[in-house]
Amino acid sequence: MLLSLLPFYPLISFLLIVLLKKQLSWWQTSVLSVGAMLICAITSLVLLNTLNQAPDGVITSHLWRWFSLSDGDSFASVNFSFYLDALSAVMICVVSCVGFLIHLFAAVYMKEDENFSRFMAYMNLFIVAMLILVLADNLVLLYLGWEGVGLCSFLLIGFWYQEKANVLAARKAFIVTRIGDTSMAIGLFMLFNSLGSVNIVEVNELATAQWQVGNNDAYWICLLLLGGAVGKSAQLPLQTWLPDAMAGPTPVSALIHAATMVTAGVYLIARMNGLFILSPQVMNYVAWIGASTLLLAGFAALVQSDIKRVLAYSTMSQIGYMMLALGAGAWSAGIFHLMTHAFFKALLFLTAGAIIYALHHQQNIFKMGGVLKRLPFESGLFIIGLICLMALPGTSGFFSKEAIIAHLWSSPTAGQALWWCAILGALLTSIYSCRLFFIAFLSKERFSHQVENLSSVGLKISLITLAVLSLVGGFLAPDLSTVFAKASQEVSHMVEPQWLHAVAIATPIIGIVFSWFYFSKYRSVEPMNYQKAEQNQNPIVRFCFSGLGFDRLYEILLIKPFVAIARLNKRDVVDQLVMSLTWYIGLWRDVLVYSQNGLMRWYAAAFAIGLVCFIGGWLL
Amino acid sequence: MTAIPLEHVLILACILFTIGFFGVIVRKNTLFMLMSLEVMLNAVGVAFIGAGSVWQQADGQVMFILILTLAAAEVAVGLALLIRLQQRFKSLDIDCLSQLKG
Amino acid sequence: MIVRFASIESLFYLAALIAIIASLKVVTQKNTVHALLYLVVSLLAVAVCFYLMGAPFAAGLEVIVYAGAILVLFVFAIMMFGLKNDETKYAPQSKGLTIWLGPCVLAVLLLVALLFSFDSADIQQQLNATVISSKEVGILLYGPYLLAVEIASFLLLAGLVAGYHYAKPDAQGGHL
Repeated sequence: MLLSLLPFYPLISFLLIVLLKKQLSWWQTSVLSVGAMLICAITSLVLLNTLNQAPDGVITSHLWRWFSLSDGDSFASVNFSFYLDALSAVMICVVSCVGFLIHLFAAVYMKEDENFSRFMAYMNLFIVAMLILVLADNLVLLYLGWEGVGLCSFLLIGFWYQEKANVLAARKAFIVTRIGDTSMAIGLFMLFNSLGSVNIVEVNELATAQWQVGNNDAYWICLLLLGGAVGKSAQLPLQTWLPDAMAGPTPVSALIHAATMVTAGVYLIARMNGLFILSPQVMNYVAWIGASTLLLAGFAALVQSDIKRVLAYSTMSQIGYMMLALGAGAWSAGIFHLMTHAFFKALLFLTAGAIIYALHHQQNIFKMGGVLKRLPFESGLFIIGLICLMALPGTSGFFSKEAIIAHLWSSPTAGQALWWCAILGALLTSIYSCRLFFIAFLSKERFSHQVENLSSVGLKISLITLAVLSLVGGFLAPDLSTVFAKASQEVSHMVEPQWLHAVAIATPIIGIVFSWFYFSKYRSVEPMNYQKAEQNQNPIVRFCFSGLGFDRLYEILLIKPFVAIARLNKRDVVDQLVMSLTWYIGLWRDVLVYSQNGLMRWYAAAFAIGLVCFIGGWLL
Repeated sequence: MTAIPLEHVLILACILFTIGFFGVIVRKNTLFMLMSLEVMLNAVGVAFIGAGSVWQQADGQVMFILILTLAAAEVAVGLALLIRLQQRFKSLDIDCLSQLKG
Repeated sequence: MIVRFASIESLFYLAALIAIIASLKVVTQKNTVHALLYLVVSLLAVAVCFYLMGAPFAAGLEVIVYAGAILVLFVFAIMMFGLKNDETKYAPQSKGLTIWLGPCVLAVLLLVALLFSFDSADIQQQLNATVISSKEVGILLYGPYLLAVEIASFLLLAGLVAGYHYAKPDAQGGHL
């Protein structure tokens, strides 16, 4: 009962806000939306508790039948029903708890905005879609949620639609993820075609029962589903939308583009583990996509100047870790990292938002400097977020990331090369985190405005809660063994060298020490030419700054030809055909006008010609 | 059954008809057009009479008589119109009457 | 003697040839009166054809109504127009008999053909065998074709009225 109600709290709030938009004051809107989220969060925690007592570790709730599918002999109904097991329980807790905290923050942060109620309505709608995505017991319902979050993402990136750049970013995000969604839809069709069911549990069971490992159908279906996951989670070929998505308000970046929506791809792969385990080749692709994304994003994050873009690239890189974990078969570790990442990345984004607000919407780190002295509270929280991101021992990031890295070396679908990639990624993470911290928080202040502190209780509560969760999240490791019982592989750790763990733990610290000396000029008190540092003309730096040139590549490969075709079509090939018709008709009009000349003999001749044609045709 | 084959009668009718039609189209003088029309009607009469004599039926001649009345009426009206035309345009040129164009 | 060379067919073809030549002359003549004369010849030739095809009644009508009445109507009309100011003005002024020569030759040829057909007993016999008498035509005309006859009479009446109306001078009313 509780389960079936879960997505309806934010839905009701969304509807009320949309319908009563004009009548509600800031206070009422906030209470409505944040209150709905609070109920959601409490319900999720209660559900998590009940799930532990449930006999088979599963709670289901059937609402109504949506429609039924049939392909001749077999018959499958698509239901509006929810399925809660340990995996989705973790997800709903993350979504609703982090969602609640971010709503709380957003209510304060967006108070001045004239479209405040629209913002809160979209946020609530997003939570509805995300909960449907997570709780869906069949892939069609999941796809509904999947598209719903995509829509909300689009609406919220373009929330300040008066500026063209935001609209372009929203459009880009929508189109790029649409590519992945299309691939996923095709995958779903193939899945239904070959297994005759879209129910997630059934699909996993049927696939294990009917297909051998390495089955061709399984390979293609997994590859297509991976396409969807890659689009939504901003992984390698389709990652370009995420940095631009930072055009939206900061709470949106925190909620959608860091904590929840972008991890939907990870969730999808984990959900379909029974299918993916049948196709080790695709698992290997998943691992390699994750690894290459995390390195690419790491390099790009090293040279960014916008604080939110640094965090965006870091998000991509952390999701890369999750993908790597899934590809290596470390399902639980991947989901664990998803959870901890949601906590500390939400914290980082919200703190960054608070700092940006205090500095009058200044996002460029080269124009900040000395924030530590001016905003000690926010800075402290930011440091907590950063050490979690770097995975220093004792923090939540440490537990989850080490769990992933420990799995890689001897996994059959990963291997040593990927282990080294992960270590390099961890090193990059600590270096770019340090660079960000040194440039923005140390040294002298380079801004002239008075800082404007957001001193609201709600805001502080949400930030502190998130900080606490980030720190202790490591001890909340979910027990997912029931979900992944079939999919977990027997891995022998016998052949691993002894120094692996030591290296993994030492890597972030090495990175910090390296940055301490390498970026010494950034933390020195002497004034230096930041203008020059920002506009670094080194081609390699420029290349990394542009996200390793993927935007440019896609522009040359796809956008230019498309625009060229569109230009060509603007002069209208089809229209030319239609115009030729009018020309033809005009020609006949001229002929007829000429023939309508009033000359008696002419008419008689025309009559004769007609008669000749008629008789000739009749004779032939 | 006459000795003259129907084909030849019809060929004669066709030739006369074509000549008459040629005249209607080519001549600008309305009077000549009327005469050409007479030739054409005559050709039709030949065809009827020929067919009637081949099948030994009187219908052909009946039709010829009807055509004859038609020709008489047509000539009467046509010549009356020609008189008006002459009075009005001082010419019998049919191309003067081109006000029917769109 | 000559009769042996003549048969219905040859006479028919001769008359047909004359009709065609005369019709061509009608169409190509410049002088209206000459054209009219050729038209008379053409009609007479066609009348001979009718006669040879076994329709003497039709042949008679052709000569009386067409060549007699309708052509006279044409002649009156031409006289009304005055030949000074039309196409005929530019026509070459032929002199003497040459104008009459063509129609005369053709008419004489026709007469010869007709005479042959009357002269030859053989041909007469054949024609009598195939002739459709005017009695049959009359029975048919006032039997099944009565309605057509009525319509034709209406048509003639309409032609009469229209001819009268149109031919009135402008001053006395109406305009074309």
